This record gives sequence, C-alpha cells and structure tokens, in this order.
Amino acid sequence: MDSHFLEVRNLKKYFKRTRGNVHAVDGVNFTIDKGKTLGVVGESGCGKSTLGRCVLRLIEPTDGEVLYEGRDICKLNKRELKDLRKEMQIIFQDPFSSLNPRKTVLDLIAEPIKFNKLIPNASKADIENRVLELMETVGIAERLINTYPHELDGGRRQRIGIARALSLNPKFIVCDEPVSALDVSIQAQILNLLKKLQKELGLTYIFITHDLSVVNYFSNDIMVMYLGHVVEMAPAAELFRNPMHPYTKALLSAILLPKVNGNSERIQLRGEVTSPIDPPDECRFAKRCNYLCKACSAGTPPLLEVEPNHLVACHCIKPGMNILQEQPHLISGR
Amino acid sequence: MSNESLTKSMTGGAAETGENVLEVKNLVVHYVLKKETVEAVNDVSFTLKSGRSLGLVGETGAGKTTTALAIMNLVPNPPGVIKSGTVNVCGHEMLKLKPIELAKIRGADISMIFQDPMTSLNPVMTVGNQIAESVKLHEDCSHSQAFDRAVEMLELVGIPGARASEYPHEFSGGMQQRVVIAIALACNPRVLIADEPTTALDVTIQAQVLGMMSELKTKMNTALLMITHDLGVVAKMCDEVAVMYAGRIVEKGTLEDVFNNTMHPYTEGLFNSLPKIDNRDTELKPIPGLMADPTKLPVGCSFAPRCSYATDACRARRPEDRYVSDTHMVVCTAYEDPAFHIEGWQ
Amino acid sequence: MRKSKSATLISKQYRRKGFLIEVWLRLRTNRGAVFGLAVLALFILIMVYTFIFMTPADVSKIDSKSRYLPPSSAHPFGTDDMGRDLFVRVLYGTRYSLAIAFGAVGIGAVIGTFFGSIAGYYGGWTDQIIMRITDVLHSLPGILLGMVIVTILGAGLQTLMIAIGFTVISGFVRMARASVLSVKTSEFVESARAIGMSEFRIVFSQVLPNSISPLIVTFTARMATSVLAAAGLSFLGFGVPVPLPEWGALISAGRNYLTTAPHLTLFPGIFIMLMAFSCALLGDGLRDALDPKLNK
Repeated sequence: MDSHFLEVRNLKKYFKRTRGNVHAVDGVNFTIDKGKTLGVVGESGCGKSTLGRCVLRLIEPTDGEVLYEGRDICKLNKRELKDLRKEMQIIFQDPFSSLNPRKTVLDLIAEPIKFNKLIPNASKADIENRVLELMETVGIAERLINTYPHELDGGRRQRIGIARALSLNPKFIVCDEPVSALDVSIQAQILNLLKKLQKELGLTYIFITHDLSVVNYFSNDIMVMYLGHVVEMAPAAELFRNPMHPYTKALLSAILLPKVNGNSERIQLRGEVTSPIDPPDECRFAKRCNYLCKACSAGTPPLLEVEPNHLVACHCIKPGMNILQEQPHLISGR
Repeated sequence: MSNESLTKSMTGGAAETGENVLEVKNLVVHYVLKKETVEAVNDVSFTLKSGRSLGLVGETGAGKTTTALAIMNLVPNPPGVIKSGTVNVCGHEMLKLKPIELAKIRGADISMIFQDPMTSLNPVMTVGNQIAESVKLHEDCSHSQAFDRAVEMLELVGIPGARASEYPHEFSGGMQQRVVIAIALACNPRVLIADEPTTALDVTIQAQVLGMMSELKTKMNTALLMITHDLGVVAKMCDEVAVMYAGRIVEKGTLEDVFNNTMHPYTEGLFNSLPKIDNRDTELKPIPGLMADPTKLPVGCSFAPRCSYATDACRARRPEDRYVSDTHMVVCTAYEDPAFHIEGWQ
Repeated sequence: MRKSKSATLISKQYRRKGFLIEVWLRLRTNRGAVFGLAVLALFILIMVYTFIFMTPADVSKIDSKSRYLPPSSAHPFGTDDMGRDLFVRVLYGTRYSLAIAFGAVGIGAVIGTFFGSIAGYYGGWTDQIIMRITDVLHSLPGILLGMVIVTILGAGLQTLMIAIGFTVISGFVRMARASVLSVKTSEFVESARAIGMSEFRIVFSQVLPNSISPLIVTFTARMATSVLAAAGLSFLGFGVPVPLPEWGALISAGRNYLTTAPHLTLFPGIFIMLMAFSCALLGDGLRDALDPKLNK
C-alpha cells in the first residue's frame, strides 16, 4: 500500500501551566489521502485547533510524528521547514483579526509571494499580476485592490485569507473554522469556493469546525475529538448514519434542525467538561456519559476498528459487537 | 418575601394569557453619523402575546439588535435616533417615559439578556449578589430576603444554590449564561428579550441552556423575543417567526407559515444556504452578493439587487405589507402578480 | 494567465493617495491637533530665526539702567534683573525646550521601545531581566536622578538631555512591552509565521507598526512633561548654566519678584505652557490620524 499523503502518529501537545500540564492533544493518530478532506469536530477545549496548528508545526508538538508525503516534518530544521511551509498552509477562523490591519489587500496577498521569492526577479507588475489572478480566483473585485481590511465585510476578508493561503501554491490546507464567524449566506459562498478550489487544484484539506452540518457537507472522513482524544472516526456518511460513541450521539442529537417538529428528544449530557490538566488515566468522557460499564474507569479506551473503517474509543463498545443485542443496558442508559 | 409570594408572583401572569405584552408599531431608528446616516430599523411592527415566543431572524446588519435596544429604550443617543414609532410594554409607552420611570420597568416587566455572558456579569460581585441586586431594585425587601430569592433562582436555572457566593469567573460559559438568565428572570418579567443567547456557547451546552429556557418560559409564563441568526434555534424555541432584512420585517408568521410555506425570496435563500444534515450532496445555493448597505439603501425593495425574482416594479418602489392569511405576512412586490410563487426549498 | 495589461495600471487606477497624505488629511480635521502643530511649527521657526539673526551677545546685553522694566514697546516682555530684554531671551530659549522635547524624549523613546519590544515579544528570562532593570530605573525619582546625572557630568544642554532622556526610558519600555504583548497573540502574527517569517522580522514588520499608537501618545505626553521637567531642573539650578535663557531658569530668576515684576515669570511660564499643551494636542491627533481604522 502506498504511503498516505499525510500521516499523524501519536501526536501530543501539552502546555505547561502552574498547576500542571494541559493535555491539549493527547495521542492522536490519523491518515489522509491526497485530494481528500478530513473533518475534525469537537467543542471548545477538545484540542482541534491545537491539532491543526501542530500538524503544520506552527506550534511545536510535544511528541509524535507528522509524516507529510513520507517525511517527518517534526524533524526538519528551520530552513527545510521554511521551504515546506509553501506547501502547507492555513486559513484562520477570524477574518477580523487574522489580517494585519495596516496592510492593503495588495500588500496582504503579495506578502507571501514577495517574502518567499516565489517569482524570481519579479517586478512590481509581475507581482501585481499574480495578486490580481488570485483575487479573481477567490472572487474579490479588482477595484478593491488598495482597500484596508476594516473597510471590507467578513466574507471578503475571509477571501483575502484564502487568497493568501493559495498564493504559495500549497498542496495541503488546514481550515480552522473558516466559516464560523460569517453570516449564513456568506458561509455558503465560502464553502462553495473552498469545494471548487479543491476540485480544480487537487487540494487536501483538514477542516476543523464545531458545526456538524457544515462538516457533513464538506468532508470525506470525520474525526470527533473530546478533551484531546479522538473518540470516533469514520467516513462522513457512516458517522451520521451510525454514530457509536456516546459523545458523538449527544453531539448529533444536539443539532437543532431548521424544521418544524424536526427536533427529536435530545440526549442530555450530565455535568460539564472535566479539566484537561493532568487528567487521570481513564475514559475522559466517563463522568458525563449516560452509559457506563466496569471498564470505564480502568484506563483510557483505545481507538479500535469496530466496523470496517469505523473507529471508536469506548470500553463499552467492542469490535464485532452488536450493541443492541449484547448490551441492552447501554440503550436505556443509567 | 416568603416562598408563597414567590410562587404567587411566578404564576401571576397565567391568568392573563393571550393579552399583548409587547407591541411595536412602525419603529424607525437611525444612527446619525458625521458623514452618513445608518438606517438601521425601517418601519418594524409586531406584537407579542403573553406566554408566546417570537423569533426575530436575520443576518448581521439586519437591525435585530437595534430593534431590541429600542424596545428597552436603550439605543445609545448619540448617535442613535428614534425617528418614529411606538413601543408598548405591558401598557407602558417605552419611548415616551423618563429614565426614572424606565428604570422601574426594566428588569421588572421586561428583561434582556445578551450574547456574551462573560461581559454581562460583573466580575467583582458574587452571582448571588448580582441576582439579589436586581430583586432589591424592584421589590421592597431586605438583603437577606433578596438573597434567598437569588438562591431559589439559581436552583431554578439548574445551578446548586450553594454556589451563590461564588464569582462569575468560577463558572463555565454555559453556567454563566444561566446566571444571566437567573438575573433577568428574578423579578418575573412578562417579557424576556434574548439577543443571541447561545451563539457563544458549545452545541451541547446550547442544547442544555435552551432546554432550560424553554421550561422556565412555560413555568413562569414569560413571553420571549428570541433574536438569532440560527433557524434551528428558532425551530426549537419559537411559536412565531419574523425575518428581518435591511431593517424591515420581510416575512412574518407562525413557525409553520414561514418554515413550511415560505414566501419571501430572502427567507428561501436563507434556507437554501444551509447545508442539510440529511442530504450531503445537495449543492449549497448561496444568496449572491452582500447584505444591503444601510447607509445607501436602494429606492425600491432593499433585497431586489440580490433577488433572482426581482422585476422592475420591485426596484421602483418600496414593497408593502401583504397578508396572505390571518397570521402570515410577506413584504414583496412580486406577489402583486397572483400567479407568482417562489421555487421553494427542500 | 491574465491578459497582459500592465498590472501597475490597475492598482494605479484604484490608487490611494499615499499613506502620509492620508494621515495629513485625517489630521487636519482635528482642530486641536492643527493648533498644536501650528504652535510647534511656530516655535521651530522662532528657533531658526534665533540661529540666523541672534547671537549670544544679543541675549546677554546688560543694561543696568533698565532693570525690572514692565512690558513696553521697546521691550515687549519687559526686562529682567540685569536689564536684559526678556523678549529676546524667551525667544532664544525655544531652542532648549525643543531640544529637550524632541531630542531627549527621542533618545529615551528609541532605547525604551527597543528593549520593551524585545521583552514583550520574547518573554521568559529576557523579559524578566529587562523589566527588573526598568523597575529600578522607574523607582528612582526623576528629579533626583536628573540632579545626580547633571552633577556627575556637569551642567550643559547635552547633560540635561541625557538626564531627561533617562527619566523617560522606563515609561517607553513598559508601553512598548504592553503594546507588543497585546498584539503578538493576534492571528495575523500567526499568519506571518505560517508563511515562514522569522520571529525577529515579525516583531519589527508586523507587530511594532500595529503597536505604534500608544507609543506616539506616550511620546507626545512625554514631550510635554519633559519640557516641564527641564524647566524644573533649571529652576533648581541643575539645568543649563546660569546665564543661558532656558525658560525654567528664567522663572527661577524671577521667582522672588512675583508681586513686583510678574512679567519675569509670566512670559516664560506662558511659553512653557503653550509648548506642553501643543505637544499633547498634537499627540492625540496623531494617534487618531495614524490609525487607518478610525476613518470616521
């Protein structure tokens, strides 16, 4: 089997705090094939944003390997990393704070090109040409070339961010909640743009979001995270058809459908998210879970393939098990 | 104040279900700046009956928050100017009262909660004291009585009463929002305005908080004006819906009217922009263009520049309110042609 | 590939007027700032005038017959205890105040901003060491520090500038550090890192330009206080050597005659006040004008 486009092995990121270590990302494994999209879902504090930045080495991982086209980027030196940066880019969540307020659209999109000397012996005209090309690709009118970010709306600012990311001709883009700060109608425009770019340029995406309906629309595979761990991973359609982990089930039931009487009884989670500081070795979701068995406080559940391509990290769910028949207490809850 | 009087004041509203507790008529609010005028709210009218809930839906810049502030007569002046219109809360004309009289009504008859609980709470006061403060402002009682009520309110919103002497930063986001709700409901107001109350919260916490709000609303018979951009929240929480665009209500009706029998092209566009959970392959059909600039609204229908159904008549004059049933109103010139209909979504 | 229209034509069509011109256009709508700028410009003109047309001799022309004369057409500001024309002396004194306001504060600002930015951006031990030194510097009373430096180095304009410069550094270190701290966690800094920029370059090309506003306000506020501080030191006898007409020294010389010859303190005092006031007004206006966001 040929190697994957991106492979992450046992990625960990701990932040030191006075009270102990915050286990932001705690042993994450996954692979992505070229041209595909991995959706990473979870609520605040689950570590998805940190994960995205660790994969690009914008934050130094504490441990683990990130194999990009076979090479471990965590072992590269500064110069090699700088070269590689051109191939791996990021689109940020907040179109208001991710653009330098004192630079115009032209400066912002030209900056990566100029800084990386992408066009050898470039004249001003060459660079401007390229910027105009990029603006056309992402859909910014050329008359806006000398405006400042604060003079534009959120949707246009996000397009600038996308143009910046594209200017280096990357192969791989981490999208960190790229549409969460935008209005619904603009969200749809940007999502369509991202999909179009993926098709035309053969990009590979990691799509980080907390919005389940968006991730369903956009991803091939979905990874659900909770407090630094991956709790479930499956192809998108499969995850929505057959969610297995209790947290995934709760997340899906919390989605409010824009339908009259479309909202069924919600699964109520008990309590609040537990602390990510030096957590004990047990299932981190146990304290809020409605299903429990003896094994749940006996150690962190491993991520196992319970059904083909469908991985779940839960002591109460084992491969080959038919939940409905063998563990009836799991259906009724505590 | 004993438990008995608490219960009494809690159910006091039940007898008057069906009356109008909030009436907004022809409200116009502009922000007058040095170089331009922002026409934030342009002729908004709606009523809210006791115990019912109305969802005010729209995107950024539609004028929803300005409307809410105008109802409480809290529009910052300068630069905000209420050009015309009336707001009636439980019989009080909010726009005509003096600040002293308004202070008595705010908190007691009508309350408002905002999006970010972190900034709504005073970081140097315990949550119990913040709730008690609201009680003492409107009811004649001692501090310990008010504090007892505060503890009761906390229990009501699902926080253990023992935590009343903790500070806001010791609570998580969801719990802070519950405290905010407790403060707002402490004096049992007839109307609660909630401005995007769960937008800043996680999905599972949002579900908890909305569930709690729903229960409380039923128990205390509070009318709810829910401002949001999220149609899912509206579907869960509201009986009636009003869709706003560029300061006007473009469609208004019951939940069934607006969701199942959508008439306005903007509402249709909103639904089409949403990725569908149950059908991943439908292509998103976003509304082309951008929200109308409130400083330069066009002569005719504000939505016409983005509307695929727009005709010359639409662009020429301002559309009028049109009632297609007792409850369902749409503001669209295209409906002058009796054969016109939108394609619908789904 | 785009059609080969000369691309610079496109952005020229939509060209903005140029950063400095835009700043000026914004600045001139602020009446206070314009006033401040006008007064400072006037002072600079006066200083130039004194360089061209005056000699130290003019300033020290003693005339024992005309002592303590009140203002008149011959002597617009009157005369002092040695019969010297106060008007000429006050005008000559602008050079000292301008030197302090721009020179001393400038030195302090550059040194302070540099160390403050480094401390704020890199944090850790660098931050600790720089800030503790700054704390020590800050806790020394300004006037005393000034007096000590002047005593060690001897009186003179340069010494006075160094002394004032020293007292100003700690404010800039703190200001720059706070500014950089608040900006460095912004996402656009992360964005710069993502395209491969080095940390050092990020500090000076991304972070500092965005932290400049509070620094400008600090600069102009310090201009105002430095003029006053210099006047104070001169008043106490630690400023420029005695016969030189620094405004503070003039006030000091006239303090015993407040009731009998008030013009001796009044006119230098008015000039000090004007200088401080216009620096402050200009600073406020500049801060607003430099920020492209505050376009309304």
